[in-house]
Amino acid sequence: MSPLILPDPDRGVTSRRNDIVKQLKRLVPEATLIADEEGCRTFESDALTAYRCLPLAVVLPSSTEEVSAILRFCHDNHVKVVPRGAGTSLAGGALPLEDAVVLCLSRMNKVIEIDPSNRVARVEAGLTNIAITEAASKHGLFYAPDPSSQIACTVGGNIATNSGGAHCLKYGVTVNNLLGVRMVMMDGEIVEFGGKHLDAPGYDFLPLITGSEGQLGVVTEATVRLLAAPEGSKPILIGFDSTEAAASCVAAIIAAGIVPVAIEFMDRPAIHVCEHFVPAGYPLDAEAALIVEVEGSEDEIEYLLEKIEDIARDFLPTSLRRSQSPEETALIWKGRKAAFGAIGQISDYICMDGVIPLSQLPKALDEIGWICRKYRFDVANIFHAGDGNLHPLILYNANDSVQLERVELCGGEILKLCVALGGCLTGEHGVGIEKRELMYEQFTDEDIDQQVRIKEEFDPSWLLNPGKVFPIEGRDAQRMRSIELTDLGPEVETGVEVAIEAELAEGHEVP
Amino acid sequence: MTGSMRLGFHAPETEEELAALVFEAAETRTPLEIMGKGTKRELGHPVGAGAVVSSEGMSGISLYEPTELVMVAKAGTPLAEIEAKLAENEQELPFEPVDLAPILGYAPGDGTIGGVIATNISGSRRILKGAARDHVLGIRAVNGRGEVIKAGGRVMKNVTGYDIGRTLAGSWGTLAMMTEISLKVLPAQRETRTILCFGLTDQTAVEALCIAMGTPYEVSGALHIHADLAARLSDEEIAGARIRSPRSGSRISRPRRAIGPTACARRCSPIARRWNSTANAAKRSGTTSARRCSRTSPIPLWRVSTAPTQAAKLVGNLSRKIDARVVYDWSGGLIWIETPPLTDAGAVDIRRQLAELGGHATLIRADDATRAGIDVFQPLEPQHAILSAKLKHAFDPLGIFNPGRMYRDM
Repeated sequence: MSPLILPDPDRGVTSRRNDIVKQLKRLVPEATLIADEEGCRTFESDALTAYRCLPLAVVLPSSTEEVSAILRFCHDNHVKVVPRGAGTSLAGGALPLEDAVVLCLSRMNKVIEIDPSNRVARVEAGLTNIAITEAASKHGLFYAPDPSSQIACTVGGNIATNSGGAHCLKYGVTVNNLLGVRMVMMDGEIVEFGGKHLDAPGYDFLPLITGSEGQLGVVTEATVRLLAAPEGSKPILIGFDSTEAAASCVAAIIAAGIVPVAIEFMDRPAIHVCEHFVPAGYPLDAEAALIVEVEGSEDEIEYLLEKIEDIARDFLPTSLRRSQSPEETALIWKGRKAAFGAIGQISDYICMDGVIPLSQLPKALDEIGWICRKYRFDVANIFHAGDGNLHPLILYNANDSVQLERVELCGGEILKLCVALGGCLTGEHGVGIEKRELMYEQFTDEDIDQQVRIKEEFDPSWLLNPGKVFPIEGRDAQRMRSIELTDLGPEVETGVEVAIEAELAEGHEVP
Repeated sequence: MTGSMRLGFHAPETEEELAALVFEAAETRTPLEIMGKGTKRELGHPVGAGAVVSSEGMSGISLYEPTELVMVAKAGTPLAEIEAKLAENEQELPFEPVDLAPILGYAPGDGTIGGVIATNISGSRRILKGAARDHVLGIRAVNGRGEVIKAGGRVMKNVTGYDIGRTLAGSWGTLAMMTEISLKVLPAQRETRTILCFGLTDQTAVEALCIAMGTPYEVSGALHIHADLAARLSDEEIAGARIRSPRSGSRISRPRRAIGPTACARRCSPIARRWNSTANAAKRSGTTSARRCSRTSPIPLWRVSTAPTQAAKLVGNLSRKIDARVVYDWSGGLIWIETPPLTDAGAVDIRRQLAELGGHATLIRADDATRAGIDVFQPLEPQHAILSAKLKHAFDPLGIFNPGRMYRDM
């Protein structure tokens, strides 16, 4: 039983299902159309797997013109549309609706052009994030945003959620690296925004489109900025005996005028789980560890790492280790990038995405620990510390519906904490359905009304990805309040302690 | 039609006061001219509003956390105050805001941060660090209904709801009036090195700049100045391509080697000095070409945005029609063009080239009669015009903010 509800399906649409599928088939004969239950099952959820819904049908177009024809048809027949890339949303942004057609862009995956002189790439929206860099690397160029899911996630999905990644402290997020889009409006009209030039003539629609979670139009092509690949890069791994020390070290590095290309933070449970999964030499005796990476020439890297080590020594690190080889660097990042998967092997989890001002980091981690203990869940923290984007992973058992409901309450409380500390609900995953009902924590009626008015100018009938981002007022809020904290059930056994025990068994010292 | 609202100048001191004022204006259908200190009033179409609302009453830095790289300031805070505060902590606005005040006849540093963001005009470093709008983390504003709205926040990453803050950047006060802006700031570049190359053709210069941008040396400025303009720069003998890199001194030879063979420059020499200590606001890109002109005899000045590789062709074609003086910035992606005082300031010729080569042009400076007669901002394609009208309607349904400033019918 899911705590979050979806809009009531339009029975007028679901009852015409066969007819709609038939017409779509005739309309775009070249596109792949999936209408059988087995086939639709593949698309019933995204990476927020706790929520599932079989769509009316799934269509995989191969051109902007097909997207246009499909949207025009759906517009004229009042059929809802859920755009989808690779379905890696952790917030339910691509969750289907019973009365909606899923428009999956994954077949539109071509690199249209790499233009090294102007340092831009034009690609189809269904291309994976990593494929841009793969295509650009022979020119010494790369595409900067690098979300953890970059092997799978698509450019279109990145635009929908304004994806960041480990290296956005220096290079910015998707909105800072997007120069243009080709987009199809809900009525089928094809519009170009931006291009190879910088800055917009008139209003700048790109920031509005970026992060709008597929609610304003369907992006089919993107022009993105490519950057020159750095000469070299090197991480340093620093262990601390408290999260406060680690957090203060991050602030001190930035205060010294250094902006490393990445500063990743791992707490004790995360360190142990990752080390167990990929033996990268993470400091098992530490309460917290930082991976700080700098870029540049060899001289510059040495200079910066020395400065960073000097700063770190003020916070009495338990260990300081520079990567000594490209292999070691790869291993350090492999452990970090595999973290979610590693934790996923020991337990189900929900991954939160709140952002806090950096100065609040020790307080935030302390409170998150307290909240999770209150709800009796284990939590592992692994996140981009430089920008304050927290990713607490709350471990729970997804097969237990009581736990699901409780873990969502726990996550909700953490996000409310982030807002109360001066931050926000989501840094890069998007609101989706997951955080929809929390929007009033951050915004007033007027704030939300303003966003809704924009939505209504672009899509007056609310056919594009409805039920996401904006609260479905009243009903849920009431429901969420009705669960009493006194009725939390038994303590939950998760795998962190098991993993730590396994490390101990292998002879690692754990104080 | 104007109602009972008091016309003339208003400078509300609080957001609530502003909201009440705008609400009254909406009720009485009184158009409002929105501005900070008014240093860019001569840019865009003249606004025929009975009442002027300035943000200058809402001034001051509300929050500055150097270790979080965040500053929050009221919209009316003078740019000079913000830059001074940042300098105390060896930080800066990464996008290097262009101070248009001297170009338009005002004292440098007079403008407000609200004006900087509302116009989204970024300096040379935009190619490395991004535009003004990229550094907007959040805003507070009053919309055309007189409602206080906020979007974004004060943290680096935020995808909670639509990105209204960055959308307001570059909207010239026509959507909402910003009251407070949070900005991402960065440590100041401590040391930069500049390479000067002399005697290049436009085509070769832009190629050299593009090659420099393709190197990993974090080039933070890539400028090419026409010889006839450069000759008149009294304080700096700057001509040809100028490439600025913020890295340590030992590394300047590498970008020089990278561009050398292509540029075939007569002389290509690095100068080792602190760029920031010699470059003041008035010498930033764009200003360079125009600072000697007084406001009383304004030579038309255009700001053209295009793909770098089209820049030299665009200027070449244009030069066959009119006598244009040119500075290329952003490795050719931004062209500042001075045109002779023609009736249309060269609009037809410039935009004919852009129609073919892609990009857009804004008339930054011209006398009132010229600005009244032509499109100051790039005329929109019909589709964009419709969407722009919709966006305007979402924020300011009665059209009371800066009517006609960007587009006559909006």
